[in-house]
Amino acid sequence: MRKFEPKIVCFLCKWCTYAGADLAGTSRLQYPPNGVVIKTLCSSRIDPEHILYAFQQGSDGVFIGGCHPGDCHYQSGNYKTKRRVLLLQNMLKQLGLDSKRLRLEWISASEGNKFAAAMKEFTETIRNLGPIPKLDKEENNQ
Amino acid sequence: MAKPKVAFYWCASCGGCEEAIVDLNEDILKVADLVNIVFWPCAMDFKYDDVRKMKDGEISVSFINGAIRTEENEEMAVLLRQKSKIVISFGACSHMGGIPGLGNFWDKESIFESAYGKSCPSVDNPNRIVPQERWQVSEGELTLPKFYNTVKSLDQVIDVDYYLPGCSPEPYLTMNAIVKLLSGDLPAKGTVLAPAKALCDRCSRSETKPEKLSIKKIERVATLQPDPEKCFLAQGIICMGPVTRFGCKEEGDGRCISANMPCRGCYGPPPGVKDVGAKMVSALASIVGLDGEEEMKEEDIQKLMDQIPDPAGTFYRFSLPTSMMRRKRMTSEEN
Repeated sequence: MRKFEPKIVCFLCKWCTYAGADLAGTSRLQYPPNGVVIKTLCSSRIDPEHILYAFQQGSDGVFIGGCHPGDCHYQSGNYKTKRRVLLLQNMLKQLGLDSKRLRLEWISASEGNKFAAAMKEFTETIRNLGPIPKLDKEENNQ
Repeated sequence: MAKPKVAFYWCASCGGCEEAIVDLNEDILKVADLVNIVFWPCAMDFKYDDVRKMKDGEISVSFINGAIRTEENEEMAVLLRQKSKIVISFGACSHMGGIPGLGNFWDKESIFESAYGKSCPSVDNPNRIVPQERWQVSEGELTLPKFYNTVKSLDQVIDVDYYLPGCSPEPYLTMNAIVKLLSGDLPAKGTVLAPAKALCDRCSRSETKPEKLSIKKIERVATLQPDPEKCFLAQGIICMGPVTRFGCKEEGDGRCISANMPCRGCYGPPPGVKDVGAKMVSALASIVGLDGEEEMKEEDIQKLMDQIPDPAGTFYRFSLPTSMMRRKRMTSEEN
């Protein structure tokens, strides 16, 4: 059997975390390549629908990166993201998913190190959790 | 010209949708004038074999309500699809899974355990008798339809032409749909035959909604007498109005709102919404704790969100089977 490699979708805010990820790259920091990055204008642009869609399509984890509190380019978007993620995590638990599969981090444009470390840690967390549970057994009504 | 044939059928449902048809009152006589009802097990004496004997496409319109919970539901849905030109998914259960769809938080095993096992204190079943699909008696074999693990909406098992939403659909919407279908003026396939606006758009209470809506405490109608004029969300009561299609009343406010109860979302989402729960998470999290959000600590935010004890059950009350996650994963992970 092939070793499980987590598939992770990363939604990164253009102003902070995306720039932080850029810095991690230009600084040649090493971190796992499991994340696929999607740039958004603000972390609050990420609709919980996007997150559920990622899980539905087989993503094993979803990583959201936004600006530190007080630093949001649009003043208060990241506060809403925080609340949405906490509420969505409660809902994911009820649906039988580990809330650790959804992670929110504040990473600024100067924190390339923090981005690389967060990606390493998150990939390990998901690796330990294993693939996202499939519905084959439950949905097979025959 | 022979009158067009119409069939009504119920799958996993409470019977409220059948009531909704009877609620056409005198109009049902008009319907009976216009069409020939060839199958309606709840109200008239027909057998499944009557349907089996029909030619394919012989029925003009079939109205099917209820979710797909058992093998029998699915078999009849498939049969009626074969015999009908148009199939209308009637009511919230066949549209989105409805209340029976909440069974998707469990599976067959756990549901049987609470219905026939020891885990429910009110069940008196010392011999642990559980329904069997096949049983031999001296007269022959008795059978029961298979009980599924997962509840499905109608369009998850057959091709559906139109949807009439609601728990239950309002008679005026049913009548409009029948008239429209008989006139031959058919809307695009997959149309939901109800207004496309959200409930809040038509709500008279939206005037009382402050410019900046912020709530601290989630209230419940069981412990608070709601103000009959103020927006429910502004009172801290979860109302599904922002993510629910209007249609539950021909004029004025929605039915529940008029009765001073918050919307529970039975008409399903307006066009463009793919997942009601996600949209409600988004909407609610934006207003809960909005005031003073800059100073709030993570524990405080967590406490605010934990005030909603059952977010999935509340937001997906009528739509769990058609939500993006569709059901609970029973391999339940540690949390």
